[in-house]
Amino acid sequence: MTSSLPPETLTLETLPRHQRAAVDMIEWERLAVPEARRLRELGFDQGVPVEVLHRARMGSGPIACRIGRMTVALRRAVARSIRVSTAALPAE
Amino acid sequence: MELPPLVAMVGNPNAGKSALFNALTGARQKVGNYPGVTVERHSGRLALDDGRAVELVDLPGAYSLDPSSPDERVTRDVVTGTQAGERLPDALVVVVDAANLDNHLRFALQLIALGLPVVVALNMVDLAERDGLVLDPAVLERELGVPVVPTVAVRRRGIDVLRARLTALVGGTTAELRRLRPSDGSVDDDIVTLQRRARTIAAAATVSETPVRRWNHALDSVALHPVFGPILLATLLFVMFQAVFSWSEVPVSWIESAFAALDGVVRDAMPDGFLRSLLTDGVIAGVGAVVVFLPLILILFLFILVLEASGYMVRAAFLMDRMMAQVGLSGRAFIPLLSSFACAVPGIMATRTIDDEKDRLTTILIAPLMTCSARLPVYSIIIAAFIPARKVAPFIGLQGLVLFGLYVMGIVGAFVAALALRRTVTKGDSSGFMMEMPKYQMPRMGDIAIGLWSRAWIFLKRAGTTIALTTVILWALLSFPQAPAGQKQADYSVAGRIASGLEVVVRPIGFNHDIALALIPAMAAREIAVAAIGTVYAIDDVEDTRGERTLVDNLRGRWSLPTALAFLMWFVFAPQCISTIAVTRRETNGWRWPAFMVGYLFATAYVMAGITYWAAVFAGL
Repeated sequence: MTSSLPPETLTLETLPRHQRAAVDMIEWERLAVPEARRLRELGFDQGVPVEVLHRARMGSGPIACRIGRMTVALRRAVARSIRVSTAALPAE
Repeated sequence: MELPPLVAMVGNPNAGKSALFNALTGARQKVGNYPGVTVERHSGRLALDDGRAVELVDLPGAYSLDPSSPDERVTRDVVTGTQAGERLPDALVVVVDAANLDNHLRFALQLIALGLPVVVALNMVDLAERDGLVLDPAVLERELGVPVVPTVAVRRRGIDVLRARLTALVGGTTAELRRLRPSDGSVDDDIVTLQRRARTIAAAATVSETPVRRWNHALDSVALHPVFGPILLATLLFVMFQAVFSWSEVPVSWIESAFAALDGVVRDAMPDGFLRSLLTDGVIAGVGAVVVFLPLILILFLFILVLEASGYMVRAAFLMDRMMAQVGLSGRAFIPLLSSFACAVPGIMATRTIDDEKDRLTTILIAPLMTCSARLPVYSIIIAAFIPARKVAPFIGLQGLVLFGLYVMGIVGAFVAALALRRTVTKGDSSGFMMEMPKYQMPRMGDIAIGLWSRAWIFLKRAGTTIALTTVILWALLSFPQAPAGQKQADYSVAGRIASGLEVVVRPIGFNHDIALALIPAMAAREIAVAAIGTVYAIDDVEDTRGERTLVDNLRGRWSLPTALAFLMWFVFAPQCISTIAVTRRETNGWRWPAFMVGYLFATAYVMAGITYWAAVFAGL
């Protein structure tokens, strides 16, 4: 699945810590239905600013990220389907 | 009698709903259940400014009206008036986190669209200000079309204004704020659309914003650090278990002397006979043996409640997710499992927040392996009797270390069980872990006190009813028929004869007749094992006419160390608790899973106790 993306595509999984970015696109079809719904309920949407705050351990374990004014923990598999971009950040 | 108007408090998880509920109702709260489901119904009375009383109900936190758990379903059904056993609320208090309007306003918009009179509590405004966020409630009021009251529930700020608004709202004939129920289809249920609208409103209401959260970030950079985070968590848990033992010493001795004094009073006031024996050897010895553990249980709950209220618990879940994922669970299971350290019943009920069915079932099945507070009486009496109270290192006592070891044993057992279950009976895809991490917050002692009080009350009620009754029955079974001279009463009695049958089964794992006897009533609740042994020795101890010999002395004289260790190991695994079995049946809708749980846990307990006993015997202990 990951290989279908161009290598330079940044996802929430690969976004460097504390680098400010915005959600570019979410690959909803890669997520389980309840997962996708929870993600929407937590406010994940195109154009929303995100920032990776913590990674539990290199290689595996969940990621803590800031979305809006909330801190949300999610697993890497989910973070992988959230494409982000560091260009064109909305002014804060 | 006509029921008072109903006001429902509703909002996202982490909006500070419960603190606001406590602020409005004080300690006058009732905890019940919604019929047919195991969702707790928290309600309380609130006197409005004009003297009318309303019933305030605190609904489970939800993210939307599209439920993904039984808790969220109750919330939806109550606010839409379709919940069995609940009337449609006369008004809603919608609680939103001021620092998280983007997200919380979406649910608020859904709720306002229902058409019930609504007042919005813009809660935790102090934390928002600390974050550098300044909001204009007037803009929010205009955009939402309902009154908005800034509150700080934990500091009791804004409560009077909120009550005044509610007074105007409830049953008000003017009802200029009551919106018309929108016609079908006009409520846009699409999450994304509502979310965008929420963001627009939040942006409009924001006067100024400095995107900093130094406090939280600084704390999180330690709490979630790949190395220091787990060390901090392990330290916290270790301190918690040491504290359970060391802080409780003094209050335990008070309770002990109080029961000893009571025993003395009864012995002096009554002539020797069956009634006196029933009261002293039965009721006082039995209930006393259990009530002394109240301090331990309260200290444990104190830690759990503080960790939860401070926001640390979700960080612990974050840290644990990786480990939980390895046994096929998610970090979400950590909170129910940690609650199970206090009691498996609320722990199993807390699994309702786990969306994935297989994940939830596995968590329920291993929850009884977490060392619940009912095991503490058993553990601590055996440890006090057989483990010397010396220090192995500064501040680390051997007794506390053994207790910690028993907790670790339960955790390791649970993980092994989860691993096995996930590969066999609860096979399936591993589920996800997605959780909002609330801001850190200083817990308010009053809220903690209310939580502790309700736990203490439940425990004492149990000690006064189930446990008292069981010990009286046991006393009767132990006292009749009376043994002729030269025969031991505990062997000759009805209970003794039943135990003799069971003893054949448990003899190979090092259990003696007294233990076999104690295991039967301990099915009602584990802590009764201690009460039962206490009763056996009280009746049996003919020389000790004034109840002076303690249970610890009796144990030391009658049990070998391998037997004591096997007994401890038995209680790590044995599913000896009717309430847990009952709640499992309720939560899994049938007898299949509780039966499975009881079977696999008893088998494990038997094998592990046997291994412990024979290993100790061969080690020459």
